[in-house]
Amino acid sequence: MLVYSLKRLALALVVAVTVSIISFGLLYLSGDPAIAMGGESATAEDIQAIRVFYGFDRPLVVQYLDWVARALHGDLGKSYYFDASVFDLVFQRLPVTLTLGLSAILFAIALAVPLGIAAAVRPNSLIDRLALLISVMGQALPSFWFALMLIVLLSVTYPLLPPSGSETWAHFVMPTVVLGYYATPAIMRLTRAGMLEVLTSDYIRTARAKGLRPPVVLAKHALRNAVIPVVSLAAVQFGFMLGGSIVVESVFALHGAGFLAWESISRNDLPTVQGLILVFSLIYITLTFLSDLVNAWLDPRIRIG
Amino acid sequence: MGERILEVENLTVDIPLAVGTLHPVQGISFHVDRGETLCIVGESGCGKSLASLAIMDLLPKRAVRRADRLVLDGKDILNLPESRMCDIRGNTMGMIFQEPMTSLNPVYTIGNQMIETLRRHRRVSVEDARDRAISLLEKVGISAAASRLGQYPHQLSGGLRQRVMIAMMLMCGPDLIIADEPTTALDVTIQAQILLLLAELQREFNMGLILITHDLGVVARIADRVAVMYAGQMVEQGSAASIFTHPAHPYTRGLLDCIPIPGKTRRGQPLGSIPGIVPSLIGTVTGCRFAARCPRVLDVCATDPPFRDGPAPGQAYRCHLDSTGSEPGAGATP
Ligand SMILES: Nc1ncnc2c1ncn2[C@@H]1O[C@H](COP(=O)(O)OP(=O)(O)OP(=O)(O)O)[C@@H](O)[C@H]1O
Ligand SMILES: [Mg+2]
Repeated sequence: MLVYSLKRLALALVVAVTVSIISFGLLYLSGDPAIAMGGESATAEDIQAIRVFYGFDRPLVVQYLDWVARALHGDLGKSYYFDASVFDLVFQRLPVTLTLGLSAILFAIALAVPLGIAAAVRPNSLIDRLALLISVMGQALPSFWFALMLIVLLSVTYPLLPPSGSETWAHFVMPTVVLGYYATPAIMRLTRAGMLEVLTSDYIRTARAKGLRPPVVLAKHALRNAVIPVVSLAAVQFGFMLGGSIVVESVFALHGAGFLAWESISRNDLPTVQGLILVFSLIYITLTFLSDLVNAWLDPRIRIG
Repeated sequence: MGERILEVENLTVDIPLAVGTLHPVQGISFHVDRGETLCIVGESGCGKSLASLAIMDLLPKRAVRRADRLVLDGKDILNLPESRMCDIRGNTMGMIFQEPMTSLNPVYTIGNQMIETLRRHRRVSVEDARDRAISLLEKVGISAAASRLGQYPHQLSGGLRQRVMIAMMLMCGPDLIIADEPTTALDVTIQAQILLLLAELQREFNMGLILITHDLGVVARIADRVAVMYAGQMVEQGSAASIFTHPAHPYTRGLLDCIPIPGKTRRGQPLGSIPGIVPSLIGTVTGCRFAARCPRVLDVCATDPPFRDGPAPGQAYRCHLDSTGSEPGAGATP
């Protein structure tokens, strides 16, 4: 297990370095950053001064290493737009996004996994059809429409929940449902398919031949085998939700990192975009690493990697 | 022999399929006594596995089981609710399967899977269950038993996994073990070891053992009684000695001609084979199921053959021919 974890960690670090190079390069992809910073009225001397001031005249490798060293100290540069450090901007917004992402993925798992199990235990039953319906709707409903319908129902017609903001937990209920529902179909189908396969396996027959009661057979012997692929999927979905919560964040006016990304891209605020990409990538890499560890814990055969 | 452990009377399994109803088990009857090994033999697909799953009540969902009697340890288990049946499986009646590679759960240790079996049926501490698991692993011939408990199935070979399965099913000291071709998936060298181990354990634990196998050589060595199945029916039953020395049913004779018998079969003499294929088990058939392949088929074979007493006591077979091989009514002809 230790060897496996160290290997995975090494891999995660390699990916992290690659990602850092890419996000560093981003600044140059969109042309000369000094020209972008100088604005339209800048003279050639102004631009040269900016270049020297920000160190854009040095070799790229030196710039990259300098950038990494600073990033490690929490210095991601200054926003072109706000008079604030990118680090402060990102970490001010991140809690909202993380709270939303985490509650959404938990909501999705809590809804999808039991439904998937129930559907697999009784294929073609009423509950299986209900699960299919939920899954099809989850894919067909655009999230902005679903969000607006929820607001109309739960904030306007029956004023139960606040329609916007991020001050209390109540503000997170509707966004969680909308974002989480989006991840439900895939998790549910994978759980159902996995359970269906596992339930016909020889070791389940053995478990029954030992006299284990049906709930034990299901929860101990079947589920653990069936959820192994679901863990990886949930980690990927969680990553998507962090980045993909822009629509939900705008509809519910939750000013999280997703919303910040959207704003910064439209304002050409490259350092902020760069910082966001770096932070999101690192979160993503960490998630993948954690899901690998969980899977190795679930399945001993993975540990001999 | 000892007390009666299992009694099966007129056991039938039907499986509804799109093309009609499959009748893989068509009213078979047999019994097993304490300390006795019953071998069930028969060609692939004749319903041996489904018959044993039917006894365990572990048939596939859509399969329908019927019987006149199904009695284990003097208790009727035919009409037990699932929860009571759970109390019996793995406790008084255990089963060992054909596929050792996939029959253990890959994500739990050997120890975990063995201990849970005992603790499901007995109120014992984990430590005591562990001790029992270790002593049983030693008994089935696994070295370094204590350290094996922490291993996962994928760390063991097929032969070892089958030994673990056997030890696991012995955890509660069952009265009956059903072993469904436990060695078919293993190396030839290991097959004999495992079967002899089963025979030894059966004696030591004084259980009833139902051993399903294709291997008549093994049957000759360990069976007390033999039941021969053909196309879902029981065609002959009797003590191992009587079946081997004077088989009465043409199918049993055919089977025995297919194996070399040391001291009897001459070197170079061709072995027999039974031409033809097993009839379909779908739909209703009357008459002898073996008629199409029988070397001694008669007109009367189109009607269901009766069960007759064989040449030895306790031997019975299902055929129109009498046990001397003469045709019905032949004696009456002048
Ligand atoms: N779940 C099932 N659904 C439909 N038909 C089945 C099912 N299981 C078995 N059968 C059919 O029932 C018949 C008897 O099967 P069974 O497995 O009992 O044979 P067997 O005697 O154990 O053969 P083998 O020696 O190959 O293990 C076969 O024709 C088989 O195809
Ligand atoms: Mg079989």
